[in-house]
Amino acid sequence: MIEIADELKKDRLASIGAAALFLLILTAVLAPYIAPYDPIDLKLEDRLLSPSIKHPMGTDSVGRDVLSRIIYGTRFSLLIGAAVVILETLLGIIVGSAAGYLGKVVDEILMRIVDILMAFPGIVLSLAIVGLMGSSLLNLMIALISVGWVRYARILRGAILSIKEEGFIESAKAIGCSKIYIVIRHILPNILSPIVVLATMNMGTIIISIAGLSFLGLGVQPPAPEWGVMLNEGKPFMESNPHLMLFPGLMIMITVMSFNFLGDGLRDILDIRMKKRVEY
Amino acid sequence: MIKFILYRLFISLFVIVGASIISFALISIVPGNSAESILSAELANDPKLEEVRFFMEKHGLHNTFLIQLSQWLKMLLKCNLGTSLRTGESVLIEFCSRFPATLELAVSSTLLAVIAALPLGILSAVKHNSLIDHISRIVSLWGVSMPNFWLALLLIWIFGVVLGLLPTYGYGEIKHLVLPAVTLGTGMSAILMRLQRASILEVLNKNYIRTARAKGLNEWSVIGKHAFKNTLIPVATTIGTQLAHLLSGVVIVEQIFAWPGIGHFLVDSINTKDFPVIQGFVLIIAFFYVCINLAVDIFYALFDPRIRYGGRN
Repeated sequence: MIEIADELKKDRLASIGAAALFLLILTAVLAPYIAPYDPIDLKLEDRLLSPSIKHPMGTDSVGRDVLSRIIYGTRFSLLIGAAVVILETLLGIIVGSAAGYLGKVVDEILMRIVDILMAFPGIVLSLAIVGLMGSSLLNLMIALISVGWVRYARILRGAILSIKEEGFIESAKAIGCSKIYIVIRHILPNILSPIVVLATMNMGTIIISIAGLSFLGLGVQPPAPEWGVMLNEGKPFMESNPHLMLFPGLMIMITVMSFNFLGDGLRDILDIRMKKRVEY
Repeated sequence: MIKFILYRLFISLFVIVGASIISFALISIVPGNSAESILSAELANDPKLEEVRFFMEKHGLHNTFLIQLSQWLKMLLKCNLGTSLRTGESVLIEFCSRFPATLELAVSSTLLAVIAALPLGILSAVKHNSLIDHISRIVSLWGVSMPNFWLALLLIWIFGVVLGLLPTYGYGEIKHLVLPAVTLGTGMSAILMRLQRASILEVLNKNYIRTARAKGLNEWSVIGKHAFKNTLIPVATTIGTQLAHLLSGVVIVEQIFAWPGIGHFLVDSINTKDFPVIQGFVLIIAFFYVCINLAVDIFYALFDPRIRYGGRN
């Protein structure tokens, strides 16, 4: 871990990404203490104010302070994103290791299900699922998870197949370890790096999907201070008050970029380490 | 070779059958009594009991899931995807009448992306680790991080509202095409640029490049003729898969630019719970996606002599 952190420091883009993420997480945790106003309190007399000292990012069409909404918005993107990624990874690990480790019929059935779910590009299936189930935060998460886990399952299965025959797995089997114990104790730690890289890069995509579906009115519902919701609410005021759509979009971009910078750096480092391991 | 193609064909067929079952099953995730929620979305008030019953009879919703599924599959075999609740038109006709607009958008975005990405990718590989290379890495990471719906709003604001150069929505002339095509092309060109860069870098270490240089060929002909040609296969296949991926990218972008394509119609149908359209469109999109991927795979196997798939995997 310390080695990886040291190598990350040398990669400037990855360091920037990690630092930005740290600030974003801090903002999300401290939101109630640093937000100057209540994010959903209406103040109609203050509507559509341009950025000023009192309201650094202005106010929206019903007089809510945009900065406070942006600050609370970090909670939505980071928390929902993290929850979706963690659940997708867990589901992917369970299915992928069952397929890779048990093999035969189980593998065949599970991987064909993965194939079928991969036939739907991007957010098309999630869009249909959340649209038909009804727009809500929970349904949005269900829609994203039910489609997203397949990539993890596929990578996990491949990784497990590639190390299943190694000596240390054979010896664990020989001393009578159970299958679940072998997967958790011996296989997972060895294939952690591709999962971490995938999850980091995936966070970016998921945050964009959350904001995009909420922008269409199919995810988080107003008046929640979610960035996609804010973009949608700001769109009609583009001519008079462009700040309403500039700041939320900027935040989505910065957050996604931080994850991608970090993920890109991690991949370079872990890739080299994996190559080294093969060489020796 | 033939064995490989037949195997891929069989898998694709299987996947399409699976995808049609999933698109059908979408109706069962509508909460509560599906007929009642669909009718109340359509009528904008609570439907009467007879209306619900009539609706269920008409669409076969009173049958068990398996009977409904077999009816749906029978319909599919006759190329019948049902009729839209909103327009009363056949779903397939609705799709076909909107597909050209989407295709126009997808092809122009792809062209834009290719024109921008390939030269930059090559340049960045040739000038490896230089300032240009670093800038292009940042730009391409920016391109994949940019949410396309925000890029769309930004472009509308800058070119439509502030500068007043281009129309912000509509369809028909070239000037209507510019902003949506740039929006969709940006993310794609970021991906292509990185791939082009990585492939050139990989090829530059090969012996035949050393030979070409040793022969005294000038750098342009080494890069242009010998290196670039050898990267064409991975790049071309990625262009194919990315084009297929645009089928989902268009959904939000078409909505923003009021582009009369399949994405726009799909979102409208989702808002009114027009389930035959949702099921049908999702299935047709999956069908296209699978076919393009199949074509890409076969192309790859045919044109790259280094790859010979033997039977499975």
